[in-house]
Amino acid sequence: MDVMPNQVVRLAQLGEWEKALKSRAIWQCVGCQTCSTRCPKEVDCAGVMDALREASLARGMAAPERYLVVSFQKIFLENIRRNGRLNELELIGHFKMDVVLRTGRIPFLFKDAGLAPQLGKRKKLHLIPGKARDRGVVERIFERCASEQKA
Amino acid sequence: MSRIGVFTCWCGENIARTVDVDEVSKRVAELPGVRCSLNYKYMCADPGQAIVREKIASEKLDGVVVASCSPHMHLKTFRKAAQAAGLNPYLVEMANIREQCSWVHHDRAQATAKAIEIIRLAVEKVRNDAALQPIRVPVTRRALVIGGGVAGIQAALDIADAGHEVVMVEREPSIGGKMAGLSETFPTLDCSQCILTPRMVEVGQHPRIKLYSYSEVEKVEGFVGNFKITIRQKARYVDISKCTGCGECWNVCPLKRNLSEFDYGMGMRPAIYIPFPQAVPARPVIDKSQCAKLIRNGCALCEKKCKAEAINFKDEDRLVEEAVGAVVVATGYKLYSIAKSQPNTTLAGYGEYGYGKYKDVIDSLQFERLVSASGPTGGVLKRPSDGAIPKSVVFISCVGSRDNAKGLPYCSKICCMYTAKHTMLYKHKVHDGQAHVFYMDIRAGGKGYEEFVRRAIEQDGAKYYRGRVSKITQERGKLVVRGADTLAGMPVTIEADLVVLAAAMRPADGVEELAQKLNIGYDEFGFLLESHPKLRPVETNTAGIFIAGACHSPKDIPEAVAQASAAASKVQVMLAADELTREPEIAAINEQTCAACFACVRTCPYHAIDRAELRTPRGAFIKNTARVNPGLCMGCGTCVSVCPSKSADLQGFTDQQVYAMVESLA
Amino acid sequence: MNIGYYPGCALHGSSNDYEQSLRACLGALDVQLDEMKDWICCGATAAHSLNHKLSLALPARNLAVAERDGFKQLFAPCPLCSMQLLKVKKAVVDERVRKELSEIVEADVRGESEVLNLIQMFEKIGVDRLKAAVKAPLQSITAACYYGCLLTRPPDVVHFDDFEQPTSMEAVVAALGAKTVEWNYKTECCGAGMTMSNEDIVLELAHKILGNAAEHGANCVVVACPMCHVNLDMKQAAVERRFGKKLGMVVYYLSDLAGLALGLSAEQLGINRHFVTQA
Repeated sequence: MDVMPNQVVRLAQLGEWEKALKSRAIWQCVGCQTCSTRCPKEVDCAGVMDALREASLARGMAAPERYLVVSFQKIFLENIRRNGRLNELELIGHFKMDVVLRTGRIPFLFKDAGLAPQLGKRKKLHLIPGKARDRGVVERIFERCASEQKA
Repeated sequence: MSRIGVFTCWCGENIARTVDVDEVSKRVAELPGVRCSLNYKYMCADPGQAIVREKIASEKLDGVVVASCSPHMHLKTFRKAAQAAGLNPYLVEMANIREQCSWVHHDRAQATAKAIEIIRLAVEKVRNDAALQPIRVPVTRRALVIGGGVAGIQAALDIADAGHEVVMVEREPSIGGKMAGLSETFPTLDCSQCILTPRMVEVGQHPRIKLYSYSEVEKVEGFVGNFKITIRQKARYVDISKCTGCGECWNVCPLKRNLSEFDYGMGMRPAIYIPFPQAVPARPVIDKSQCAKLIRNGCALCEKKCKAEAINFKDEDRLVEEAVGAVVVATGYKLYSIAKSQPNTTLAGYGEYGYGKYKDVIDSLQFERLVSASGPTGGVLKRPSDGAIPKSVVFISCVGSRDNAKGLPYCSKICCMYTAKHTMLYKHKVHDGQAHVFYMDIRAGGKGYEEFVRRAIEQDGAKYYRGRVSKITQERGKLVVRGADTLAGMPVTIEADLVVLAAAMRPADGVEELAQKLNIGYDEFGFLLESHPKLRPVETNTAGIFIAGACHSPKDIPEAVAQASAAASKVQVMLAADELTREPEIAAINEQTCAACFACVRTCPYHAIDRAELRTPRGAFIKNTARVNPGLCMGCGTCVSVCPSKSADLQGFTDQQVYAMVESLA
Repeated sequence: MNIGYYPGCALHGSSNDYEQSLRACLGALDVQLDEMKDWICCGATAAHSLNHKLSLALPARNLAVAERDGFKQLFAPCPLCSMQLLKVKKAVVDERVRKELSEIVEADVRGESEVLNLIQMFEKIGVDRLKAAVKAPLQSITAACYYGCLLTRPPDVVHFDDFEQPTSMEAVVAALGAKTVEWNYKTECCGAGMTMSNEDIVLELAHKILGNAAEHGANCVVVACPMCHVNLDMKQAAVERRFGKKLGMVVYYLSDLAGLALGLSAEQLGINRHFVTQA
């Protein structure tokens, strides 16, 4: 991490939003909740990380080219919006395409390609996955929760 | 017909700037009962007081009103002046036209009018004042000190040296408290027992100190100057008067492997034992939960060996009564329990440090015993698991303290200092060892304290990391300590042989029950409450009871000793004469009209009202009544407000006075 | 016994071996899984990372639909899902939040259904009953019980077991006749959903976890989370390649072990579909 979690919180306290929102640390955080659980002042550090991620994206400060995680999460959400449930093949396909288009890293397309037959052999690949029936409500939920642009 | 004098003060500019004092004096002179009215620049100064005295004499005043500042400031001053002139001091009232008038208003006309009204009220009050006499309470000129740690010892010696008898009650078999178990103390690195034991011996041999060791306070009755204390002397099963302390009994006891309380579990002791060699009294005690004779009628080797025939298996707890005039509470502290199990639901423990799971994760008092010259390892730092000498020791500060999530938000004050001390003691014993300290802040505010900590870092090579430890695990025989250094902005992992946790200071067990027996207050953590945090740090809100040492708040030895001497000096003031005088503005009950419903008895926060009986001179019963104890009543007025028959009234603030004041405004 | 069942996307996706294991094992204990109709994705990591409202709305919809369909209990075998559902339950104690969420998801969110993870499922069946039903005690198994993050954290949301030194999984494993080890990475994160987007972190964490389990004498790792399983099982070959060390650590679902002890075969439980099938 370029900035340690306690430093991220400190930057927020000092109002140094640029530094916090542009940091790599908030995208490396895996959300394991250990920080919030241990904090003696009961600061919800994991919650702060979540909030900074949302704000960073809303302000366009997190470049998906730099942080694959941003691209992945966005594509994940779009996937659910369309299907109601996750369509894994679609997710993988979109993610790889997106990374290659943004970063030009062609080899990424073929990364872990060997896993595909492995998964297929184990009947873990679903070419026609089940979709949620009531997808309309999912679309409406997404619309209602659209992130507001903060000043 | 009243002859009241009203003296209005300018208080320099404080009153005169906003209130027209000449106008006030002129208008006030017209109030009924006012004989003379004047104003002066500084009434509280000598010339001002002289004017009051002079007017009392020349105008034969029977009441005085001083219109100036708050009575908190100078009521006593003016009452003394009046008394010097021969006027009863309780016929003096103050009208606060400063804090309640000139200091809070801007409009001169309105402030002046208000000042006149305030004085009108005071005049009305004085007209209805009675010439009260101070209450005299007889004093038993002896003191009780609860707790035989360094604070209790200091207080007891001061009071006893001043010529008064002291009863000391100590719960453990020996006095000395936590200080007796420490190795060396900061900032001098004095050997703790070496400086304490002479004091302990002095207490043990002092002609005016009566020591009840292995005893507890069972019951407290009475009031300031007149306490009756019931003390429970727990059964030792050893007759102290016969025992010579030769040690044959504890040498021969076959049950040697019991965890020693004095060593906080780092060492063992027999079932019959003396907590440490320098104990006062140097007499053993038998742990009845471990002794074979007491449990199943076996063994009894000690009895056979004892030449002085001092062992008595038929011993029982004994209740003793002592009469004292003042009490000093010095019950000390205990360490926060670091493991998961806690004494109440507001506290939580640290699962991540492995305390209780890994033998080599210990707390600070346990470390003291391991480095103490008279400790279970003879002063050689051997770690608990395998007795090896640790080459790398991690000290963690603020375990429990400053932790809202665990329930203790306060700072325990001494840990920064003793942790630095620990690193120095460690280095002096293990020359090739390395001490690591994880801290959040360094609190070293005392005399020479900052320099002491710097010495630990600069001369004795302790490594200090600014950050907390997240987790301690055991890998390949080492304790892996994962922490952070926020100054460098990076994680720090240390492989340690021993980890010492600086646990928070909490009040000793049972302090809340004791406080309830004594009727003194305590906060949410159990620390005893002082009367005023700035100006009355050793008094409590209950007259005659004082506090000293760590039972009040976390503190180090110099502060505990200072506070103990302060409490002792307050006690000496109290015991200076055979009688105490108390202000007479207390409640009184008209026993003729009292309906004996005892609502007042139930509501009085000071338990100052008793149930009593009215009898004829020959002893025939007339009626029940409530009766105020003038020694305890603090004049709060609660009883007056609950009494349904209006029999309770407050002297100096009677219902009649208040009604008169209110009606005067109409 | 019938119990409401919320599979979540993983169990109907590439972690369908977990579902196979659950149906087989719980079926042998007379527990039928009633999959709730019309469930949608709980939002997983993506929602709470990018959109706070959405992270509450998606699981809220699921809770509302489950309650609408009369499910008093909901078994959610994936801890990401169960944690999200419990988060909604906690949030809707505030009436304003409850109203707002109900409007957003077009259904009444009451937050009353009980949400269970796999370990709680076994506790509900009864660890003693489980023990009594064991036909083939797992004497050759020395397991490192791996809880991961979200079974025990955040403690004020999930209120389950001790979040520093948990023992609930060990209790179930012990009832099956297997041995468990004391080890140091019980609740350390495996990297969760970063499998594809930040592989480096996942490999490093998985390496530490698998390594520590082996060091402490375990011959397998037991999990109750599909993401943990993927990171420790499917990615194990990549870990071995990255750090040049042979691990050969089988990763079982808790229901796998229970099923084996009850006498079911590896094929019935889907164990043969794992990536690492033998040490």
